[in-house]
Amino acid sequence: MKTPALVDRFKTGLWYENPGLVQLLGLCPLLAVTSTLVNGLGLGIATLAVLVMSNALVSATRHWIRRDIRIPIYVLIIASLVTCTELVFKAWFPALDRSLGIFIPLIVTNCAIVARAEIFASRSPIGSSIVDGIVMGTGFALLLIAIGAFREFVAMGWLLAILPPGAFFSLAIAIAAKNAIDERHREAHGNAMPRRSRQVNR
Amino acid sequence: MTDSSIMRSGLTLAAIAAICTALVAFTYQLTDERIAANEQAWLEQSLQPALSGLFFDSGISDSIVTIPAPHELPGSDDAIIYRVYSGESPAAALFVVSARDGYAGAIRMLVGVAIDGKVTGVHVLEHSETPGLGDLIESNKTDWVRQFDDRSLGDPVVGNWKIKRDGGEFDQLTGASVTPRAVVKAIRETLEYFDANSAAIFSAAADAADEGPE
Repeated sequence: MKTPALVDRFKTGLWYENPGLVQLLGLCPLLAVTSTLVNGLGLGIATLAVLVMSNALVSATRHWIRRDIRIPIYVLIIASLVTCTELVFKAWFPALDRSLGIFIPLIVTNCAIVARAEIFASRSPIGSSIVDGIVMGTGFALLLIAIGAFREFVAMGWLLAILPPGAFFSLAIAIAAKNAIDERHREAHGNAMPRRSRQVNR
Repeated sequence: MTDSSIMRSGLTLAAIAAICTALVAFTYQLTDERIAANEQAWLEQSLQPALSGLFFDSGISDSIVTIPAPHELPGSDDAIIYRVYSGESPAAALFVVSARDGYAGAIRMLVGVAIDGKVTGVHVLEHSETPGLGDLIESNKTDWVRQFDDRSLGDPVVGNWKIKRDGGEFDQLTGASVTPRAVVKAIRETLEYFDANSAAIFSAAADAADEGPE
């Protein structure tokens, strides 16, 4: 398997295959907690941490795990890591923990994490899997932060932004903006850019 | 699947489960104390509204007394009393009580009573009174509950611990008299309980202290 340069990996995670913008994974927390920048940042960091650790553990154990029991094992690993993350948040960031509430334990259900375990970490060496966790987690976290900041800012003039529908509008705007940028880039540079849903290297 | 492969899968699962459990147990050990301290701080912060103006320098919730039902305090649940100390000497007691004769269900509230028998503050914790009428007892909606600050059993005399409509001294809320009546009654009963039992509340220290965290 070829290892793309680090810069390319970051471009992939942050842009071409951004878990939230392109793969549309983990939408429940994305839509639910992004009412402020701080909330977005908090959940973004928590998700990033879980994703990096779960990728590392799944990759480290990949040779022992038979295909037919891999899913319960991913669930076990991810659930334990989320519990640890929740405890750490309760201990060191209690205010953030109260404001995020149930959404920290609910990182368990973020399909972006199990998707990376299945698609990437279970077939890749540990170093590469950690990098994948970092880039994908960062892509997700930056999107949470951007939408949180956007909603908090817009809500000063337009209250709807902070209410649930505002989350859908904000995500739609973000996806539309990304597609528009890609479109313009394609027109300017021909088809030099990687396609939107490039197959993940395996 | 053959027997041996089932066995291998089972063993792998068990091993991973053991590793994960160890990880969680280790993190728990690491964070346990801090989490308890944070929860304590949060509880004390939520108790503040009922302690307005009172100086104290101890952890509020360090010493909790639970008075099992039935008791003479308002409410049918076990009553909880937080004892507040200034240095070594008792400064106040915070009662978590329920007024049961409100318009709809119990009104759970915090009543702070200073050692001299004066109300330090009243804070409504939860209720299901009519929105817009009875819910004006909440301290973030109106200052209605502030009128009890510094009042005591002699001020006004017990016979006048009533709302004005009933011939007492306290304001009611426009359009709602059932709710204020219940709140006033619950505060009066709490004061009466404190008056009769304050020595017992603070001397229960020894046997109740080991229930609270450290």
